[in-house]
Order: sequence, then structure tokens, then C-alpha cells
Amino acid sequence: MNFLDSIWLIPLFPLFGAVVMLLMGRRLDPQPASPVAVASGVGDAPDAHGHGHGERHASAHDAAPGHGHEAHHGAGSRALVSLLCPGMVLLSLIFTIGAVAQLAATSERVHQVIKYTWITGLPFQLQDGSLARFGADLGFLLDPLSAVMTLVVTFVGFLIHVYSIGYMGHETGYYRFFAYMNLFVFFMLTLVLANNYLLLFVGWEGVGLCSYLLIGFYFHKKSAGDAGKKAFVVNRIGDAGFIVGMLLMFSVVGTVRFVDVNQAFGGMSPETGFGVLSAMALLLFIGATGKSAQVPLYTWLPDAMEGPTPVSALIHAATMVTAGVYMVARSNVLYQLTPETSGIVAAIGAFTAILAASIALVQNDIKRVLAYSTVSQLGFMFMAAGVGAYWVAIFHLYTHAFFKALLFLGSGSVIHAMSGEQDIRRMGGLKDKIPITHWTMFVASLAIAGIPGLAGFFSKDEILWQAWSSPLGSKAVWAVGTVTAFMTAFYMWRLMYLTFYGRSRVAPEVAAHVHESPATMTVPLTILAAGSALAGWIGVPKLWTMFGDGFRTFEHWLEPVFASGAAHAAAAAHGEAHHDTSIEWLLMGLSVLIALLGIVLARYLYSVNTAAPDAIQRASGPLYGVLSNKWYVDEIYDFLFINGLSKGGGRVLSRFDNRIVDGGVNGAGWMTRLAATVSGFWDTWVVDGSIRLLAFGVKVASYPMRLLQSGYVQSYAFVIVVGVAVALGYYLTR
Amino acid sequence: MSNHLLSIVLFTPLAGMLILLLIPAAQKNLIRIWANVAAFAGFLVSLPLWVHFDRGNGGFQMVERGDWIPALGVKYNIGIDGVSLLLVLLTTLTGFIAILSSWNAVDRHEKSYYAMFLLQQTGMIGVFVALDFFLFYVFWEVVLIPMYFIIGVWGGPRKLYAAIKFFMYTLAGSVLMLLGILTLYFEHFNQFNFYTFEISELLKLNLPLGIQQWVFWAFFIGFAIKVPMFPFHTWLPDAHVEAPTAGSVILASVLLKMGTYGFIRFSLPLLPNASIDPWIVQTMAVLSIVAIIYGALVSLMQEDWKKLVAYSSVSHLGFCTLGIFSLNPNGIAGSVLQQINHGISTGMLFLIVGVVYERRHTRLIRDYGGLAHVMPNFAFIFAFAMLSSAGLPLLNGFIGEFTILQGAFEASRTWAAFAVTGVVLGAAYLLWVYQRTMLGQITNAKNRLLPDLSLREWAVFLPFMAWALWIGIYPKPYFDVLEKPVAQLVERVRPGYFEAQAARAQAALIDSGKETTLR
Repeated sequence: MNFLDSIWLIPLFPLFGAVVMLLMGRRLDPQPASPVAVASGVGDAPDAHGHGHGERHASAHDAAPGHGHEAHHGAGSRALVSLLCPGMVLLSLIFTIGAVAQLAATSERVHQVIKYTWITGLPFQLQDGSLARFGADLGFLLDPLSAVMTLVVTFVGFLIHVYSIGYMGHETGYYRFFAYMNLFVFFMLTLVLANNYLLLFVGWEGVGLCSYLLIGFYFHKKSAGDAGKKAFVVNRIGDAGFIVGMLLMFSVVGTVRFVDVNQAFGGMSPETGFGVLSAMALLLFIGATGKSAQVPLYTWLPDAMEGPTPVSALIHAATMVTAGVYMVARSNVLYQLTPETSGIVAAIGAFTAILAASIALVQNDIKRVLAYSTVSQLGFMFMAAGVGAYWVAIFHLYTHAFFKALLFLGSGSVIHAMSGEQDIRRMGGLKDKIPITHWTMFVASLAIAGIPGLAGFFSKDEILWQAWSSPLGSKAVWAVGTVTAFMTAFYMWRLMYLTFYGRSRVAPEVAAHVHESPATMTVPLTILAAGSALAGWIGVPKLWTMFGDGFRTFEHWLEPVFASGAAHAAAAAHGEAHHDTSIEWLLMGLSVLIALLGIVLARYLYSVNTAAPDAIQRASGPLYGVLSNKWYVDEIYDFLFINGLSKGGGRVLSRFDNRIVDGGVNGAGWMTRLAATVSGFWDTWVVDGSIRLLAFGVKVASYPMRLLQSGYVQSYAFVIVVGVAVALGYYLTR
Repeated sequence: MSNHLLSIVLFTPLAGMLILLLIPAAQKNLIRIWANVAAFAGFLVSLPLWVHFDRGNGGFQMVERGDWIPALGVKYNIGIDGVSLLLVLLTTLTGFIAILSSWNAVDRHEKSYYAMFLLQQTGMIGVFVALDFFLFYVFWEVVLIPMYFIIGVWGGPRKLYAAIKFFMYTLAGSVLMLLGILTLYFEHFNQFNFYTFEISELLKLNLPLGIQQWVFWAFFIGFAIKVPMFPFHTWLPDAHVEAPTAGSVILASVLLKMGTYGFIRFSLPLLPNASIDPWIVQTMAVLSIVAIIYGALVSLMQEDWKKLVAYSSVSHLGFCTLGIFSLNPNGIAGSVLQQINHGISTGMLFLIVGVVYERRHTRLIRDYGGLAHVMPNFAFIFAFAMLSSAGLPLLNGFIGEFTILQGAFEASRTWAAFAVTGVVLGAAYLLWVYQRTMLGQITNAKNRLLPDLSLREWAVFLPFMAWALWIGIYPKPYFDVLEKPVAQLVERVRPGYFEAQAARAQAALIDSGKETTLR
């Protein structure tokens, strides 16, 4: 079978699952009658929000399941849902593996499948005055980079789907959950397989929508609705930058198809100063800061933890939030031309990494620690991309997908066992009660801390080395990265000690129910733990010469994508010329040392001398408050942008609209009426008045005459007689 | 028969109305059924237009021409190009949907109500097909009267205020427009020695810039009030809030497009020099961008659900006018497409308010909340309409917005940078109203027993949803229809746009010695 030409099917399988769920889900998974629901008009129609949550969740302070739900009926047909949706992702995984295997066998390692032209715009005048059409294919591109991404998405996606069967098993809206999850996988696969920026943007917006839907899955909770809305709107800010960046790119090179764009940029030399290419790269990066939760647009991600935990694992750790990293790596030819913007990318990445890690130090919600950890790790990836080490960014993306998905799923298993409790201060000593969860999370925590041999070590160490040694890197970036690595080891092991070791602080009524999760949950955990342990061995440091080239497959695999750019050539030359192995060994030793230090410190504070943290908290004074309040960034944003610019502006403008603009209209109406009244008055008393006055004058003047004109014939005769007599007299007496 | 196709489309609703008048007013069901049949027939007869339309022809098609008032040079001259085609189809479909949506909503003077709607249909189609300025003006005014009565008789509590405001405001604009028309009419007599209102003849005029500018502003008042452009928009929220649902749907989906259509059909081609006058173009762009941002921010803070949608129209129409005055193919085509999209998505949003208004008789957002629990299907439809309006890819709104942004970007990067904020704000006010009405707990006991959508209500929404998906997933047929007329229009306003650019590009390439890899 030719999998390579069938890559367009890969996204379609989960789409099929999603459509089936939306159309028939409620028949397969009958929803219990909601306390508030009554018979609806059409029972079997599409449905975005299954009813049935009612007020049952109202008391649960978290988003976790297994919390006072009644047994679910109709489990039989529900099995179809459990079979279909993960099954669709499995099909995608199989097709991906087939396609990647066939891709590896080809010599050029790029395969494009163009189904049809999706959009053909009208003639557009480019920067140089020529005309081109903004065309976008419904086209898919499989190259080493999208191969890695597709494998990560389908593999981790499949495991999380399986896990969700257990985790969401008690939930109402089961089919709705899987519908959204499958829809998400569809959009995510569209994103990573698209062969042009516009189709990538379709996936980009689509995953944003699914993120919105899944964050707001428990939509009866206001906090869930708020978090979903925040995620969508903040992402939209990034998207606005992405759109303009895409238009700028089109107006410069006349195409948005990756292959053609890279070809166009390939002939150019790096930009000196901040020119049009740097602006373009920066605008695209603004999009990435939204999707990948970087400063200044990172604040939505911690709130996104309102969603069910598998959602946090899949969307907000392993896949969607890495889309920005993927996009920057995909645009590496452009970024290699724009050292200014690359510097900004590295700086933002480093700043985000340390900022988020500092917040994670003091968080007490198990999922929030992991959320800030994710923001921080994404910062590491951008650090790598910013210093031009794109393959390392993708390498870290890949290892992170394993251990961070595992940490989230593990935390979900903990929450599941704890009947919904998420506060690590009310845990402790869970090690033996939920052993599989503990051991898998143990592996993941060592991995993220950077203990040699485990996945996180390889990628993180390579990032730090690249930050130090790359011509685009700097000692400052390296230093920030190293400090962050120390914080990472500390906060992860703080979480581990508070959760699993020491004395139990679990509430007694909860403690009675603590239990290990079902196999659908623990098996994915185990597989991911194996991944967290072993996944790094395809990218061992160059330094470890005792391992052959096969252990550096990852870099070689991605070489065709990243080796074409101008900067890469310079970096390679630089790297070969100044390769000083003693420094590299030293730095590696240092990074291992600080990882161990972080773990030891966490052990001391949270296992040995448990009174110390409180003392430190008191001693540190306001700093602790600043950290636990997340540097007040949310409050500042709320004040400036939400309540200030948007709502305040909206309120002022509404008033302006009512009083001034509409006031003008009503004023004009009033003026018209006033003018009409005045005119009426004028007309009655002046215009008509003068006529009537004249008439009156005539009337008055004619009064004497009127007296004469009496109409009596005899008086006329009398006047005539008198007149005749007077006349006669006059003539006679003359 | 087929050479009178356009007249048939034009007069089917009117014929339906005349027959309706024969039905006794007491036969309420018969009246309803007949009105729906007539409106549906009006939609059906318009479908052949799409089939028989010649995409390769940029001029007017299906032209019918005959004398009407020979003494004044007035002709019955109708025909369509791609722009009118899409707007006519929007009108016939929306008209049917509006009438179908009124089934239960109207419970007094049914006969007059449906008669008004059918009369209005003919008026609106007439506006989009008239090729004689006098005929256009007649239809333009014909539309005004039924809408006045629809708001004034079947409207809400402040219906008289709203109706009179609507009528007077639009009429004031129309009168100025009439002055502009008459100027062209007499100028044409001066130059050619015969009187005519025909567009094809008026296009031959050679007017000095001063007169063009004067006429442009006269037309502008007429069209800008109709669109409505900032700051002439305040009749719109009042009219929408007071109008019955179907009235709002027609008003938003079709009536507003008469203004944007006017710019495209008359202002640009008849007054090409004024239309590229930098000062005028800048003014139009600034007003459009202000409308986009201003409309969105004001919309954000509305407490009345319908008013919120009304202000969102101001924002969306800002995109449409910005596209027109980008004066390039993508801007204008995107504008037309977005006019259709706005008709679809805002039509749906008004229908959505109508559905709950019919059940609860309140439009205040705070009276709702948690409706998704009791009306899941309704929540789905609302989410769909919201995403269509917010411009989510694979739905219609994205295609229109993005094409307009292309045009705006080509004209000025600054415009595009400002306009794109509308994308963010649009998501903000829509998601917020969705959250406040659909999500969360049911806070108002009266909402606990609301029934979900009925079959008829589904039928009202499905055509719009199908259309939204079609445009979003496969917009090519729409670009095919628009390409030629838009190219002709751009060529008229900016002669040599297509050749000179290509030549200049060629020169630039040779000059800089860059390889063709740039392409």
C-alpha cells in the first residue's frame, strides 16, 4: 500500500470520528436526564453541549471526575464510542508510521500531496508591483519535520484517547468529549501536515476552537467558561499578528506554499538591521507567542487547566501549544535570514522560561505547577529556535511530549485517586497506594529535571550547549537557561515530595477511597514512562563519541529541513572551528549538578526539614506573595486591557454613541420640530398675521363705508333724493 | 420565457402579494401558508440565475430593456453581473427564511404583515437588478415603506420612534442622492443632448473632478446612511431592537447591502476620478476602520442582546466598506463576499435572538444564562453562527474577512494592521455574549423549562448553515462569479491596473537583476 500518497487520509480519520459523534453521539451515549432538562424538540440532532451536567458539579472545586456521579446507564453502546474514537486515532497512527517508513526510503525525503486548490484569490499587487494570486492548496506535505510532528501527535494522541476511556468513564457528555478530542486531532494533523501557511492557519484556528470547547467542557462552571474565552481571545491576538505576517510574506514572495517560500528565501542573504523580513518573522512569532503561551500572551495557559486532565495533557502540553515552535521551525529559512528577530525569539523564550519557572516554585495546585512548567519548557524550545538550533527545539518538543504528557496523565491519575483533590498540600505519602502512578511519574520527573540517560537530559542539555556555543546564542541566554533548569528540578521534586512521599496529609474521608486507576489509564502511563526514559537516545551529544552515529538519528533525520539556510552553514563552520570539548564536558557536568542540587534541595525542604519552607516563606516577605500571585500579570492585564481598554473603552464609546452621535441625530430631530413650531408660530402670527392684519385694516377702514351700504332701498332713495336736492340747489343758487 | 427570467424573479414576490390580498384576512393559516409558498417560489425561480450565469462575462447579463416613461428618458432596464447575482440570491433566500421564521411570531394583522414582506422582496431585488437610475431610485424608495410599517406596526415598545427615525433618516439620505442623480441626468443632457437615466449611458459622461466630488458626497450621504457607516449608524440599533425578528433579519441581511451595493454599482464606476481622490479614499478608509473598532467596542458593552448584534453589524460593514475603498480586486470581491457572509451569519444571530425572544419576551442578556442545559441544539446553532460571524476558517466569515484584509493590505499596510484588530474584538464580544447566555448555571427559573428548537426552527437555520459551510470550504465558485465584474470595475477606476503593474514588475526585475526565483 502506498501510504505516502495517502497522507491526506491521516487527518480525515479523526474527522470522521468527530462527525459521527456529533451526529449520532447522543444515540450511542444516551445522556441521563438533566435535573433541569425537559423534552427537547428534536432528540437526535447535532449537539454541541449535551445536557445533563446540571448542578452536580457545582460543589466540586475541580474539574476531575469520579466525584459523586451516579452510575452511568447505557454503557453498552458507549463501548462503541470508546472503540470508534481512539480507533480513528490509531488508524491515523498506523498510516503515519507507514508513510514515514516509506518517506525514509525515498532519497529526497519530501513528499507533497495536493488534492485541489482550496482558495484562489484575485490578482494582488505585490511589493515589487507585479501581480500574483493568493493561492492555497488543500495540500499536504510530509517531510522529516512534519513526520516527527505527526508521529508525536498520533502516538501521544492515541495513548491519551485510551487513557480518557478510563478517566472520563464516569462523566456525562462522554461522547461530546470524544467528539471534541477527535476534532482536535483532525485540526492538529491538518496543522502539521499542511503544505502552506494558510492551511496551517486553518489547523491553527481549529485547534484553538477545540481548545476553547474542551477547556469549557464543564460549561456549567463559570471559571471554565471564563478560561475558555480567555484562551480563545488571547490566541486571537496572536492570530491577528499571524494573519498580517502571512500577508506580508505573500506580498514579498508571492506565495505561501512552504516549498516555494523556502526556495524564494533560500537565495537571499541575511538581513542586516530590522527590515521587512524581520518584521515578517516577528509578526509570525507573535502568532507563536499566542499559541505556544509565551510572554506576553502566556496567561491563558494556566487558566486552561479548567479543562479535563487528558485535555491538559494532549492539547496544553504535548501537541497544540507546541504548534508555535513547529511553525517557527517550519519557517527556519526565514528566521535564518533575520538575526534581529531570532534574537527576540531567544530572549522571549529565555524570559518566559525563567518567569514561568519562578511562578511554578510556589504553586500548590498540582495541575498549575505542571501548567507553568509547560510554559517554561516551551520557553526552552524557543530559546533553541532563537539561537538557530531548530533541530534541538524539535528534539525538546519531542521528548517533552512524552514526559509532560505523562506528568499530566499521572496527575490526572492522582486526582482520580484523590476524588478530585488537586491541592498538593493535602496529599503526601501516596507512593504505595498508587504505585504505578508513582513510578511512572518518578521517571518523568527525573527526565524533566535532566538526569542523564533520561529523555529530558539529552534535549535540555543540547539547548543549553547551543545557547552557549551558537553564534546567535549568548552567555546570558545560557545563564538564564541554567538557572531555569535548576528551578525546574526543584519545583518538580517539590511536587513529587509533597504528593508521594512523607507523611500523609490526606483528608480522612478521601483517604478511604484512594485507589490505583484502571488499566486503560495505567497502561498509557507505563508506555509514556518507557518513552520518557528512552526517547532521548536518538539524540545523544556529539561529545559521547562512544556511541555511534545511529544514536544521533534525530539530528540527521531533520538535516534536510534545517540545513538549507544561510545561517546554518555559518553556524556549522563556526561550530567545527571552535569545538572545545572540555568546555562542553564542563557545562554538561554543571547542568547535571544543578539538576541534582534542585532535587536534593526539594528533598531537604519537603522531606527532611519540613518546617523550613514556612520559615523561608516568612523570611522572603513580599517576594513569596509576588510569586504566588504570578507576578500580578493577570491583574495588570485585567486592569489595562480588559477593564481599561476593552470594557472601559466600550463603555465610554457606548455613552458617546448614545449622547453625542445619536444625540446629534435626535438633536437634529428636535431642531426640526423646534423649527416646525417656530415656523408654525411665524406662519400663524406673522405671515398669516400680516395678511389678517391687512384684512383687519381694510375692514376697519371700510367700516364707515359699510355703514352706508346698508342694503335698504328706501335709505338709498333718501340719499339719492337728498343728493339730487343738494345738487339742484347748488346749480340753482349759483 | 427564459429571456424574461430576471423579470420573473423580480415580480414573483409581487404577484404572490397580489394573490395574498385576495385571501380573506380571517383565513390566517391560509395566509401563512401562501406567504411561505410565494416566498419559496421566489427563491426557486432565482436559482436558474446561478446556473445560467455566464462567468466569463464581466458586463451585465440577462438584460431586459424597454421604455417606461419616454418623455423623461426613463427605461425599464434590468440586468445582473456577478455582484448583483450574489445579492439577489441572498435576497430571495433570506426573504423566504424571514417569512418562515414569522410563523408563530406574528399574531395580528397577518395579512398586511406578509404582504409587506412580499412587497419588500420585489423592492430589494429591484434595487439589485435595476440598470436605470430612475428605476433604481423607485425601488430604493419602495423598500423603505414596507420596512417602515413592519417596524412601526409589529415592532416593540418604542416602535414608533424607531420607525420614524429609520424612515426620516434614510429618506434624508435618499433625497441628497436624488440631487446627485439629477445632476448626472442634466449633465448628460448638456453633453449628449438627450435625457436618460440609464447607467450604460451615464458611464459615457466626462465630468470634471469638482462635479464628481460633489456628486460623490451626495451619493455618499445616501449610501452611507443605508450601510450604515460611522457616524450615520445610530438609526440601526433602534430599528433592529424594535423590529420584529424577521424584520431585523431582512434589515441586516439585505437592506444594509443596498448601501454597499450603491458604492460598487454607482459611486465607483460613475465617478472614477472622485473615487480615487486621495482625500476621499482616506476619509472612507478612516470611517471604515473607526466603524470596525468602534462598532466592536460598543457591541462589547451592550446589555441588550439584539443591540449587541446590531452594533456588530456596524463593525462587519466597516470591513465591507474598507474592502470597497481598497480599490483593488481582492478588496472589492472580498467586500461583496463579506456582504453575503454578513447576511448569513448576522441573519442567523438575529434569528437566534428571535428564538428565545419568542419564548421569553426579553432581550436582556442578564435574563438568560445556562441555556445550553435545556436547549442543547439551540446552543449548537448559536455556536455555529458565532464562529461563522467571528471568522473561523472553514466557515464563510473567514474567507470574506481574509480577502478584504488582502485588499486592505495591498492598499495600505496601516489599514490592514488596524482592521485586523476587528478579528480579536469580534471574538471577544461574541464569546462573551455566548458565555453569558448559554453557559454557566441556569440562574433564572423561567429558563428551566424552555423547549429546544422545533422542526420549523431547524428548517429556518439549516439553509444558512449549509451556505456558510459551502463558502467556507469551497469558495472558488464565488470568486469565479466575481472575478470579471470586479476586474472591469478596477479597470474603470484605475485604468491600466492590470497591464501597467505587470509591465512595471517586469522592469523592476530587469532593473534589480534579481532572478525569477522570487516568483
